[in-house]
Amino acid sequence: MSADTPTDTVTSTAADVLTDVQQVPGSPKPDPMLTADGIIRRFGGLTAVDVRHLEIQRGVITALIGPNGAGKTTFFNLMTGFDTPDEGTWNFDGVAMGKLPAHQVARNGMVRTFQLTKALSRLSVIENMKLGAGHQKGENLFRGLVKPIWGAQEREIEARADALLDRFKLAHMREEFAGTLSGGQRKLLEMARALMTDPSLIMLDEPMAGVNPALTQSLLGHVKSLRDEGRTVVFVEHDMDVVRDISDWVVVMAEGSIIAEGPHEAIGANQTVIDAYLGTSHDAPLDLGEIDVEGAS
Amino acid sequence: MALLLGFWSGTAAAQDDEPGFRGTLTATPEEGDRFPVEGVRVVLTADGAEVGEATSGADGTWFIAAEAGSYNVAVDTSTFAEGISLKDPEATSRDLELSPGQSRNVLFALIEGEGGAAPNVKSDLERIPGLVKDGLIFGLIIAMSSIGLSLIFGTTGLTNFAHGELVTFGAVTALGLNKAGLHILLAGLIAVPLTAAVGAGNEVGLWRPLRRRGSGLIAMLVISIGLSILARYLVLYFVGGRRETYNQFALQTDGYDLLGFRIVNREIWIIIISMTVLLAVAFAVNKTKTGKAMRAVADNRDLAESSGIDVERVILTIWIAGAGLAGLGGILFGLNQGVSWNMGFELLLLMFAAVTLGGLGTAYGPLLGSLVVGLFINLSTLIVSSEIKNVGALLILGVILLVRPQGILGRGERIG
Amino acid sequence: MDWGSILAETVNKFFGVQAAYFALAAIGLNIHFGYTGLLNFGHAGFMAIGAYGLAISLQNGVPLLLAVLIGLLAATAFALLLGAPTLRLRADYLAIVTIAAAEIARILFRATEIAGFNTREYTGGSTGINGFADPFKDLNPYTGSVDLWFVSFSRNDAWTVTVGWALVLLSVLFVHLAMRSPWGRVLKAVREDEDAARALGKNAYSIKMQSLVLGGLFGALGGMIFVLGQSSVQPTPQDLGAPKTFFIWVAVILGGTGKLWGPVIGSMIFSALLQFTDLTLRGFQEEGIIPTWFMDGVQVGQVRFILMGLGLMLLMAFRPQGIFGDKRELALDVR
Repeated sequence: MSADTPTDTVTSTAADVLTDVQQVPGSPKPDPMLTADGIIRRFGGLTAVDVRHLEIQRGVITALIGPNGAGKTTFFNLMTGFDTPDEGTWNFDGVAMGKLPAHQVARNGMVRTFQLTKALSRLSVIENMKLGAGHQKGENLFRGLVKPIWGAQEREIEARADALLDRFKLAHMREEFAGTLSGGQRKLLEMARALMTDPSLIMLDEPMAGVNPALTQSLLGHVKSLRDEGRTVVFVEHDMDVVRDISDWVVVMAEGSIIAEGPHEAIGANQTVIDAYLGTSHDAPLDLGEIDVEGAS
Repeated sequence: MALLLGFWSGTAAAQDDEPGFRGTLTATPEEGDRFPVEGVRVVLTADGAEVGEATSGADGTWFIAAEAGSYNVAVDTSTFAEGISLKDPEATSRDLELSPGQSRNVLFALIEGEGGAAPNVKSDLERIPGLVKDGLIFGLIIAMSSIGLSLIFGTTGLTNFAHGELVTFGAVTALGLNKAGLHILLAGLIAVPLTAAVGAGNEVGLWRPLRRRGSGLIAMLVISIGLSILARYLVLYFVGGRRETYNQFALQTDGYDLLGFRIVNREIWIIIISMTVLLAVAFAVNKTKTGKAMRAVADNRDLAESSGIDVERVILTIWIAGAGLAGLGGILFGLNQGVSWNMGFELLLLMFAAVTLGGLGTAYGPLLGSLVVGLFINLSTLIVSSEIKNVGALLILGVILLVRPQGILGRGERIG
Repeated sequence: MDWGSILAETVNKFFGVQAAYFALAAIGLNIHFGYTGLLNFGHAGFMAIGAYGLAISLQNGVPLLLAVLIGLLAATAFALLLGAPTLRLRADYLAIVTIAAAEIARILFRATEIAGFNTREYTGGSTGINGFADPFKDLNPYTGSVDLWFVSFSRNDAWTVTVGWALVLLSVLFVHLAMRSPWGRVLKAVREDEDAARALGKNAYSIKMQSLVLGGLFGALGGMIFVLGQSSVQPTPQDLGAPKTFFIWVAVILGGTGKLWGPVIGSMIFSALLQFTDLTLRGFQEEGIIPTWFMDGVQVGQVRFILMGLGLMLLMAFRPQGIFGDKRELALDVR
């Protein structure tokens, strides 16, 4: 898939549903997939996340941006069950997520990737992929001992994995240890592996970070294709070109709160956002950003 | 404190592979530490015929080589020193089996005074002040030994299972100097810097290169266990398996009777030294530039590095200071309970309990945790028999992990 | 020095009781550390609990198979107890708690009374339990010592060795079946990165607990073969304490972690290696090549521990993938 393909038309149709949405923090969406209310997370004296209200529209690509230390990764962690907020409730596709552990969140269809990719180094690429599939009969120890029970399902999973490897251009690495992949290939693998779970909402934490420019375009294409096949995408990104290129809606966080929402054209002109970037990224709470980086490792 | 000796004493016999019967005769006085009993004849008989005998040495140990078979082991009560008797006057001998190649420990419980009477006539309530004193002293020793363990974890992420061997090294080095004629205080003054140097050697010769190579924390943890075994058995190889005491303060009974308990000079020294050192450490960590840098690195290594702190240097400082403190802790531990090749490993598990309890990686956590562990161990003897009192301290470790894994003073940790 | 007999005894150790029970325990530890990444430093605790469970049951007239089952159930309970507080936490907490729990178990087995309850009646206190193995020995089909062309065992040892290695083979088959399944894949995923597994909907806590229990069962089996072989169970460190745990660790790492036959081969080599150094050193000493002021009889016994510590360090630093490392894995920079 080339980046020059006129995907703009698709972008505009998907974004069309958002044209009437108010461009203010916490604005209601026509068909929210994820709704968060009063999410607060403190570390010691620091309030890392304080999100009053947020709705993520179904079937579009939402970018989550903000200066270092804005609390984006922490917010991801909270939504996906990897961290627990001090206060707040959220529901995903109508299901309350508050008390669910991370693996349950994933089984409900909200799947995330990590800022620092987590390739399972000593498993082969195909094993990485097959791991992603849900509802595997053979994942029970006793049933696992008897191959006839899970063999057929395993073949289906493998076929699905191979198709995805083809799509993500990793088929030639099929039998290699995932640890031997390059940084960009790991990003691709992680995205493909997440797709094996057949998620309805996929949360990508800096999918382009550390990827060489040659791969960036193909990654962007893949992200857009996720939306085009009906999935909802939320991603954290620092590169404004990327945000401009693929996002239908942008949510801006600073110092833990949401300070602006809107399509990228409007965000670029928003004075609060400019202040947040220019004002704080140089002075104040750089430290939280450092924690962010560490927290993801 | 009297009873601490020999709780993991099974371990102390580990090195003795030679088949036969062995033991250490110690007597429990009404007040104070157990002490070794010398010159007691132990007789081994098989089918009514005497097949071997031994006389307990200055450290109370005896050994009779024997092949596999059924034996009777007896102590000759007529060889007891004045004032020593069997705790149970009837228990002069025991019938025992020896399997091939087995080395078997035989215990005879001796007491100072007349046997047969209840060994401790104090009521539980009356025992409390003494136990609190013992607990606080033990807590101070654990605290001093474990500061390095906690800070090394905080700065490098290394769970150092070889930390206990620094404790042993301090105690054993001081013992060697002491036996060579130096007063223990002087021996300690030399042994502590030597231990600090060993700590520096650890860091420079092993851990820093491993970090540079990018070794993972789990690999390093396993390596530290290997190092711990290596060091422990090297000490055993060169020093031997006996528990020894320093020439000074060994059987000291001079002291003062305070409100309901007796404190001996040795204990007063331990308290003064450890309190002074701990206060100095607190001051250093809080007020000095190096101390602040240490805390910054322990708090967030990357941030500290980016704000211009020489992290490697801080880590080296922590190793030097932490090892020196561990060595000093070892000397005080040795003063209190004798020096043995695996004393550090005995203490290690309690240090882990203390450090986890207080909050792994913090500077003050170990102090608080150590006092809790010290007190808990000693006070628990009010309820459980003292042979299993360490069990309690390790059990609370489990409970703490369930309830508050970050420790009393620790902060929540970020995941993801 | 009689190299012939040293060699013969070394070869014997390759296949002896020790290699067999080491292998069983090591298979368990390999499930923990090799496949799941769990830092279990209390494996001797599992062995002790299996051993005491068996011995106490047999002593009280329980039939052999039921006694084995009781030992296994006790080990399961031990694993659940250890796992509950630690498996949600960072990996090193498990290391601390397991090493402590194994020591607790040993102290309790050695104790004479616990909270007023006379436990020595059952555990034998510091003398342990002797001569409980008759129900096992009665099943011995051999009528005399067994001499094959390269090994020879006494009648008792031959029976223990037979049962031990049979169990090892069954265990290897079991591990093979388990690890090729999707279940095994989840286990390995948790070893590589627990958070990634959770993000894909895998219940890391549950799978780690299953691994802890399963590996503990093999540890318990190893402990049983050990004490049946010497028909005595003793709460000493060298029998069922921390040193034993470390021996098993070296065996696992020597053979290669996360490899099917790794723990078995590691155990055989390590047992033989220990015997060989012991005999050679003693030989040198008798010949006067090593002067006694440098090393006496007792010290020879300590050398094995020194070598074990050094071996563990060097292996973990330079060949964490074992002596028969996989080249692909070597290139991977996995640590």
